[in-house]
This record gives sequence, structure tokens and C-alpha cells, in this order.
Amino acid sequence: MARPIITARALRRTYGRGASRFDALRGVDLDVDDGEALAIVGRSGSGKSTLMHLLALLDRPTAGRIDLDGHDTGALRGGALDRVRNRTFGFVFQQFFLSPGATVLENVVLPLEIAGLGARDRRRRGMEALERLELTDKARNRATDLSGGQKQRVAIARALVGSPRVIVADEPTGNLDSTTGAVVEDLLFGLNRERGITLLVVTHDAELAARCDRQVLLRDGLVAEAVAV
Amino acid sequence: MSPLDLLRRATVGAVRARARTALTVIAIVVGAFTLTITNGLGTGINRYISDTVDSLGASGVATVTRAVDDAPADGPTAWDPERLEAGPGFGPGGGMSEVEPITDDDLTTLAEVEGVTRVAPVVDLPVDYVRRGEGTAYELSFGSAVPGARLQLEAGSQPDDAVVAPQMVLPAEYLEPLGFAGAEDAVGAPVTLAVTDAAGTRHETGAVVTGISGTGLGPNTSASANEALTTELDGLARTGLPAGEEPRYAQATVWFDPSMSEQDLSALTERLADAGWTATTVEDLLGTFTTVIDGLVLVLNGFAVIALLAAGFGIVNTLLMSVQERTREIGLMKAMGLGSGRVFALFSTEAVVIGLMGSAIGTGLGVLAGTVLSDVLARGPLADLTGLTVIAFDPVALAAATLLVVGIAFVAGALPATRAARKDPIDALRHE
Repeated sequence: MARPIITARALRRTYGRGASRFDALRGVDLDVDDGEALAIVGRSGSGKSTLMHLLALLDRPTAGRIDLDGHDTGALRGGALDRVRNRTFGFVFQQFFLSPGATVLENVVLPLEIAGLGARDRRRRGMEALERLELTDKARNRATDLSGGQKQRVAIARALVGSPRVIVADEPTGNLDSTTGAVVEDLLFGLNRERGITLLVVTHDAELAARCDRQVLLRDGLVAEAVAV
Repeated sequence: MSPLDLLRRATVGAVRARARTALTVIAIVVGAFTLTITNGLGTGINRYISDTVDSLGASGVATVTRAVDDAPADGPTAWDPERLEAGPGFGPGGGMSEVEPITDDDLTTLAEVEGVTRVAPVVDLPVDYVRRGEGTAYELSFGSAVPGARLQLEAGSQPDDAVVAPQMVLPAEYLEPLGFAGAEDAVGAPVTLAVTDAAGTRHETGAVVTGISGTGLGPNTSASANEALTTELDGLARTGLPAGEEPRYAQATVWFDPSMSEQDLSALTERLADAGWTATTVEDLLGTFTTVIDGLVLVLNGFAVIALLAAGFGIVNTLLMSVQERTREIGLMKAMGLGSGRVFALFSTEAVVIGLMGSAIGTGLGVLAGTVLSDVLARGPLADLTGLTVIAFDPVALAAATLLVVGIAFVAGALPATRAARKDPIDALRHE
């Protein structure tokens, strides 16, 4: 039905040299379809974080190629790469990574600030994102004054605010209790369904993985099995 | 990220670690304060010297004497009764020196030297005494200040060469003996001056006091006359001079274009020397002083800059810690597409903000302390030197000092900023 937004072919990623050489990925082929929710699962050290970093263009493969919308990303450098990162991806992390001293709104609009948007547009779009996550009343609060679930909702608002094509969620519920985790999951899948934002979830959590359209299991740097749910 | 957002973030970043930034700022304040004071000292003293130069003569004016051309290469010169003694020069080594007399014919040839716009003899005014009304007479000498000189006055105004009425400036030490209540009281008052002519007859004439000169570096213990009074006194002194005897002068004044470049001026001095004249500008007389003071200030500034360099290492330290602490934030921003150049700019700006805070506070305190200190000094120990502001401030010099501090801060910020720019976004995203 959908054409792939990200195509990875023969991805290899090697860390170190000589005796300390370590192959994190040993030839991964993967298509991420536009608008799908894809879970990357696997044990620690299976290479799932490395794959996520490569797919989000934060790292470069040692060998292989990644196409974004059919264009080779290996040639992207400097400012062009920064712009593609800024416009294409939104991030949600296990540890939230909010700036503690800044307000909720300031945290949310960080991607827009990096994009160079004016203060008024930032505010408007930031408030829209907070409204979507029912955090409007917290806009002026310090990020540190929030509960874990609220923090992760702020992080989702931040991932959402730049209208990205893909939201990369790295263990998004890992630091939350199951009730709060379920709320965060609902929010992420809601965005996936309603706005057609591709969801790339890296997780240990079998339940979360099961809610995705598709799972890719990594083992020792290779795709062990791909399961369509 | 827009430059404005960059500046805002840098400022927020600088003040976030409050205690650490405050300590670094204090180090810069110490350096900037010292630099402001030492710079102010140089400005103050040099400005005073420059004012004194003005009191000795205007720019565009030089005093010339006929060079003694038969002076032996070494050893003393044989005495010549025809020679006149030139007045004591001001400055180191100033003393009586023998010169060839200058005649009116000489003045004519002097005027023909290229670049000389006007020539006048320096008239010696052999005043016997000054007195007020019928009061006690006091000895008084008139200084040979170059026309156009601006004296350091305690009260009143400079003598005006344009008016025909005889005017004079009286040294402050004559106020009390002549029975004036104060400087203001003397301004506008008439005094009597006496001159003995060539035949030995004493003439009295009147003059109006227009100003009171204070004590200072210059020849301020002698009075000054305007052109009208000079002509009057000279005329009286020449009364009874045998017919046919030409007036002879020890020195003459030449005028030239005040905007003349230094090269043109030395060319003019060369031409005058070729014609047998020795020319001395007021700047020549005081140049040595200024050089010495500039040298001293340079050394003092050197100490201040050393303090600033130490503060620069404080900035390096502060920012390295800041970069270390904010590894995650930097990585996150880079993951979101913030370019390395912007990250470098962010931390460089933070260094500059810290530098600016330090230099603003340091310069402010320096100006305040300098003003108070020089005010206290001017009232106390240095009260005798009219017109002296020991520590004065020149906006250009202050701006230059601030720029220097900011420059040092920027250079100090370069290492931490480079380190921040090289941070790998993946480091920030790793699980603990």
C-alpha cells in the first residue's frame, strides 16, 4: 500500500579497530513504510540502538546505504544534513531529556528555535502542540516541576511541534509506570493514526512492540525476523 | 537558530551556573578595573601635559633662534660679546644658551622660507614692577609665552590679542600681596606696570587683569600680556634708544599651517636649518615627557593585561565545565539539526557575554573609583597643580579596553566552543 520513506540496504556499522573491533550491524536490509508504526526489538547489544541512530541520520554506516524518500542520504553534509534532520525527525527518549531550567513551552519549541522560526510562530505552534497533549496549563511551568508522565508528554509535544515525517521513540515508556506508559503509548499511536506520522519505536517492551504494525527483531547485528502484526 | 536566539541562549547559559560565572566575572572585573585605572592615569597625565603644551604655545607655532654656526665639535665655545642670551628654555636641560642676535633683516629672510606663514620677533619685556593703585610695588616678569598660547587659568579668560586695550594674566601668587580678596576679585581690575627705557627713565602704564594663572608644569609664575600690552611695553622700553640702532632679538616666532603633517614639519625644520635657524616647537619640548609617561602607562597596562589573561583562563575553565555538564543538551540540539557552527557560536557568545559582564562592571567601577580618587587628589596633595585630573577617561580608550577584554574572552572561549561543536549527538542519546 505505502511506499517506503526510509530504505536501508546492507547496513554495516563497525566500532573500533583491530582487536577491539566490534560489528554492531552486519548487513541489515529494512524498509520503513510511510505512515506505519514499526517496532525495532531485540536484546541489549543486538544493534537496535545503532540501527535507530543510522535510520535517524545521527550516525553514518560503515558500509551500505540509506535512502530517504528515494534519495541517497550518504551525500548529505553540513547544513543540508542538519536541515533534513530538523524537518524529518522528532525524538522521544526514555530519559525525556528536557532542559530543567527552561519552561515547558521553551522546551517544546526547541526544534523550531533551531529551525530559526520567529518567536511568535514558535509560541503559536508550541501552544498547539501542548493543546494536543492537554498540557496548555503547564506551558509556563519549569520542566523539572512535572511528573514523569507529564515530562514524557512534553517530550512528545517537542517531537511533534516541527511536524516531522518520522517520530523516533527510544524506550518511550521505559521510565514510566504501566498506567502512565499506556497513556503515552496511546498518544504516540494516536499521532501515528491521525496525522500519518511514521513511528519508529525501539523497545524491550513486548506489549508496546505488539501494538505496532510491524516488528523487526534484531539479533547479533542482523535482522532475525520481521513480523507483521 | 537565529542570532537573537543564540544571544539569548548564550546569556541564559552564562548566568545558569551562577556562582561559577560570578567568580569568573570577578576575575575579569579585577583585570578590567586595573586596565581602566592605568589607562585613565595615562590619559589624565598626558591630557594635562597636552594642556600645558597649549599654555606654552599653540600648535602651528615654532620658536626659532639663529644657530651658532661656529660652535666647535667639542669643548667650550669662545665667548662672543655680540651674542645675545636666549631665555631659559622649558624642560630638561633648559638653561641660558647663547645665540646670534636676530635683526629685522633676518626676520624678512625668515619670512621667505617656504612653509612659513608669518614671523614675529619674541619681544623681551623688561618690566620693573607691578602695583595696584598706590600700593606696594612687586617685581614681575613676563613670560615669553608663544602667541596663541592657552594658559591654565584659575579664573577669568585668556588675554585677547584682538582687542586694542592692554590686557594681562596675573599669576595667582600676586593676588594676596596686591590686596585682592581672591581670583574672581582680581579679574577686570586695573593694575599699574613700570618699565625703564634705554635712557634710564621709568615709565608707568596701565593694564587690565583678564585672568589669573595657576601653578602647574609650565612657566606659570610669570605674567602674560596680550599683543596690545606687549606693543605698549616694548614701545616704552625703546624710548630714548639712539637713532640708527636697530632692534635686536634673541628669538623669533614663526607660524606655519597647524594641520601640517609630521613629515612636512620636519622638512620645514630642515629648510630652516639650511637657512641657519634652529626651530623648536612646543611639542618638541614636551615630547620627551609624553614618551616617558606613555612608556610607564604601557608597562602598567601590561600588568592589567596579565591579570586579564589570568581571567581568560578562568573563562576557559568555566566554559569547559559548562560544556561537560551540558553534553546531553548539546547532543540533543545537534540531533534536532543544530549545526556545529552554531554550537561553536553559542559557546563563543557565552564567553563574550561573560567577558562583557566583567568588563562592563570593571570599567564602571574603574571610572567611578578613578573619578573619586582624582577628585580627592586634586583637593588634597595635588591641589597646587591647576587643571590636573590625575585619572581621566577617554571614551575611545575605554571602548578599546572593552574590546580587548571581549577579544580575550572570545579567544578563551574558542577551546571550549570547539569541544562543544565536536560533541557527537549519539553520546547524548545513549542510555545511562
